[in-house]
Amino acid sequence: MTRQLILASLVALYAATPAVSETAPKDVSYVDGAVVAALSSAPGNAESGAKVMASRAQGNCVACHQVSAMPTVSFQGNIGPALDGVASRYDAAQLRGIIANAKMMFDGTVMPAFYKTTGYIRPGNAYTGKAAEGELPPILDAQQVEDVLAYLLTLKE
Amino acid sequence: MTKRLTGMMAAVVLATSATAWAEQATDTLEIETENGALTLLTEVPAPAHLQDALDTIYSGWLFREADTRSMQKDDFDNPGMVFVDKGADTWNAAMGANGESCAGCHNGPESMAGLRTVTPRVDDKTGKLMIMEDYINGCVTERMGLKKWGTTSNTMKEMLALIAHQSRGEIVNVAIDGAAAPFWKQGQEMYYTRYGQLELSCASCHEENYGNYIRADHLSQGQINGMPTYRLKDAGLVSTQQRFKGCVRDTRAETFNPGSDEFKALELYVASRGNGLSVEGVSVRP
Ligand code: HEC
Ligand code: HEC
Repeated sequence: MTRQLILASLVALYAATPAVSETAPKDVSYVDGAVVAALSSAPGNAESGAKVMASRAQGNCVACHQVSAMPTVSFQGNIGPALDGVASRYDAAQLRGIIANAKMMFDGTVMPAFYKTTGYIRPGNAYTGKAAEGELPPILDAQQVEDVLAYLLTLKE
Repeated sequence: MTKRLTGMMAAVVLATSATAWAEQATDTLEIETENGALTLLTEVPAPAHLQDALDTIYSGWLFREADTRSMQKDDFDNPGMVFVDKGADTWNAAMGANGESCAGCHNGPESMAGLRTVTPRVDDKTGKLMIMEDYINGCVTERMGLKKWGTTSNTMKEMLALIAHQSRGEIVNVAIDGAAAPFWKQGQEMYYTRYGQLELSCASCHEENYGNYIRADHLSQGQINGMPTYRLKDAGLVSTQQRFKGCVRDTRAETFNPGSDEFKALELYVASRGNGLSVEGVSVRP
């Protein structure tokens, strides 16, 4: 089979798989700050999650948290607790809730809510300083939240 | 021991081994000037209105690395001094519609000594809250017949540098009562408002987290006694109004404009959080 053919059949396969279903930010239900149901029907990918956490434009979790398992990510902050061993302190549902909206568990925390679209004061268009046009998408999408969760679950004591 | 405590202790150990977060300095800001050494106050008890929140207020200088701190210790090494000189050139220039100059009305720039310690302030005659830029533009437009200078233009920032420099070593003491009270209240409310998609207030970073690191940045108390500042990264001056815009933008918010009523009120409030610190003239930041 030629390369092109392989590609074509892969594309066909992809198109044939059922669409991934997601829970919209407004439909997420929190119990004591935890979110039991996965936000996306596709499983989380820890490797992608690690990228989201280190990227300035996406999670930028390392701006505030230290993660020793990411030694190549420079300038990790210390606003929040180090995430080392975090999966031994919280279960998956609690971690999902913390990523989606940490304010549900930690009242008044400075940690931003990553899966929320309303309730902002003067929301801007990313980092441009200009007003947002219409309702903002959440900072992370459902799959990214699940990916970050998959990565956090690797951080065991 | 609880799980949480064990985790916290592990974090402390890691912090001291894996990362080198620098501590806040315990350095003295003694500056070599043309007229000898001048020591500035960089750490003083918090003003009364702030004592529920902070015991001590610190100049942002204490949060910078040793090499940046030392640049501010010697006027020869302070890159901001060039802009003070540029401000002086403008001060002396006969630039008005009828050849007026700042010097023509005010004599030398030293006539401005002390002004930086009490601005922003409410103007007696008009009842308006005035930041330094407003005073400057008042002269530029009404007394010199020129078009107003941009709030964050280079010409404006050089003039801010020259005027701030005249008060170097004097103690910040803006009024917060009387006619200033409503503006101050407005600014205080803004300081604690969690703007933007990241829902962070000035207090989130500069009151709750000064001394901590947010990515590579060592957070200070966000004081403005050193404004305008020379920023090495920009190779130029940054004014208070400009800095506010940057900080609000970083919360993924729609910012206010430099020179807006909102940012003027915020400047009064933030200035009052520094009542007791020395004016630093042109400070140096990374
Ligand atoms: C602006 C700062 C900030 C950012 C950005 C941030 N966090 Fe946090 N986070 C905190 C703070 C502060 C806490 C402590 C909770 C509190 O306020 O008591 C926390 C707590 C946590 C906890 C619980 C840790 C523990 O041991 O109790 C987890 C898990 C967590 N954050 C994950 C993340 C992830 C994942 C991201 C990015 C997708 C992220 N955080 C981004 C500030 C931040
Ligand atoms: C997301 C975090 C964050 C928020 C929110 C924030 N700042 Fe800042 N601010 C910084 C950082 C980082 C710096 C550079 C390091 C430092 O001096 O703290 C800075 C610097 C400053 C400085 C310069 C201090 C100096 O010594 O040079 C001032 C003034 C300031 N901020 C005021 C404010 C005000 C007023 C607000 C609210 C409108 C605000 N900041 C909100 C992060 C923040």
